[in-house]
Amino acid sequence: MSLLPYLDIGLAVLIVAVAIWTIAAPDLFAAVVGYVAYGLLLAFVWIRLYAPDVALTEAAVGGGVTGVVLITAGKRLGALKNIAPEVQPGLPFKILTGVLAALVASAVCGAILMLPEPPPSLAPEAAAAASGAGAGLGNPITAVLMSYRSFDTMLEKIVLILAVIGVWSVSTDKAWGGAPPPFRQPKPYAPMVFLAQLLAPVGILIGIHIFWTGANAPGGAFQGGALLAAMWMITMMARLLEPPRVDAQWLRLALVAGPAVFLITGLTGEFVAGSFFAYPPSLAKPIILFIEAFMLLSIAAALPMLVAGPPSERPDQ
Amino acid sequence: MITLLNCFSIAAISAGAFFFFTGTVGLLRFPDPLTRLHALTKADNLGLGLVALGLMPRAESTLSAFKLIVIWLLVLLSSASTAQLIGRALRRGRK
Repeated sequence: MSLLPYLDIGLAVLIVAVAIWTIAAPDLFAAVVGYVAYGLLLAFVWIRLYAPDVALTEAAVGGGVTGVVLITAGKRLGALKNIAPEVQPGLPFKILTGVLAALVASAVCGAILMLPEPPPSLAPEAAAAASGAGAGLGNPITAVLMSYRSFDTMLEKIVLILAVIGVWSVSTDKAWGGAPPPFRQPKPYAPMVFLAQLLAPVGILIGIHIFWTGANAPGGAFQGGALLAAMWMITMMARLLEPPRVDAQWLRLALVAGPAVFLITGLTGEFVAGSFFAYPPSLAKPIILFIEAFMLLSIAAALPMLVAGPPSERPDQ
Repeated sequence: MITLLNCFSIAAISAGAFFFFTGTVGLLRFPDPLTRLHALTKADNLGLGLVALGLMPRAESTLSAFKLIVIWLLVLLSSASTAQLIGRALRRGRK
């Protein structure tokens, strides 16, 4: 007899409970905490589904970075509340929203219940493709991401940059080109500085390790990049570093480096290996690692810029 | 030897689970945030430390056993620091 099915059922019930609590939470901060817990529990679900790569991403992004973004957003919303008059949606509007959400949820449930047996899947094809050009990589997930569906992976990174541009574009004309406001109050607490000083070097090492090991084991550029981003954020929270000016050349280069290198390599593939985004099989592994290194840089630069927010006018300017 | 190591694992992980249990009881039952924080850090530090210790003989290699220690140390660092930060925020809120 195995206990695992019972643990799985417990996990599923817990996730639904946390999800309901997140929606019903009395205030914004509590809802964000609920959402972070929800993300961490989802990471466990991915582990149970034997998908450690997804679990790592979920823990780093769903549990970590999204939490910071939402808390920051919540703070700014709280500050806005005092200025703007409170507009409460009416009851019909709330009911309509609820009905629409329920419709979408039941459509998703219906689609899952009506899946043909066996469900249609691109997995075998992807696995076969992964043993082609990305064969040098021991981790099939990275091989699929970087070789079988490389175009999607590149577009995902472009979406990240578009998000940063979106955040920057809400700055005022006067503040444009300046730096985003500092993360925390003027004088950070000593424990915060201590944590940042001790954790950042270790975290950077682990981030690079996760990226490097991603070729052969669970890991990769996104997971490693999210970790590096977290380390940059923690040093900015401790005020050991300040957010950079948004017109800094190095920052903009770092942001576009990943997709740019990816695209150039993809175009080169057209001439060298015969098709767009194809790699010569003998060189696939070094090329993929080369692209991933630049994507790591872009992700590590983009996520903290999303959290830092738009540039603001500073008193000293 | 294997039996001895298994006994050690069972004992250490059970002790760790006990600390997690008491920490959770403390979190639910203690009267104010500072004492609840105290209960929570006990669970993190001792509970996880004992679980990691119990898992070490079962690790595949010396390197993964070493990684278990590193994980424990990282959790120690972050839980001790965040406990300080939450405690400070509480004290500031009370004034």
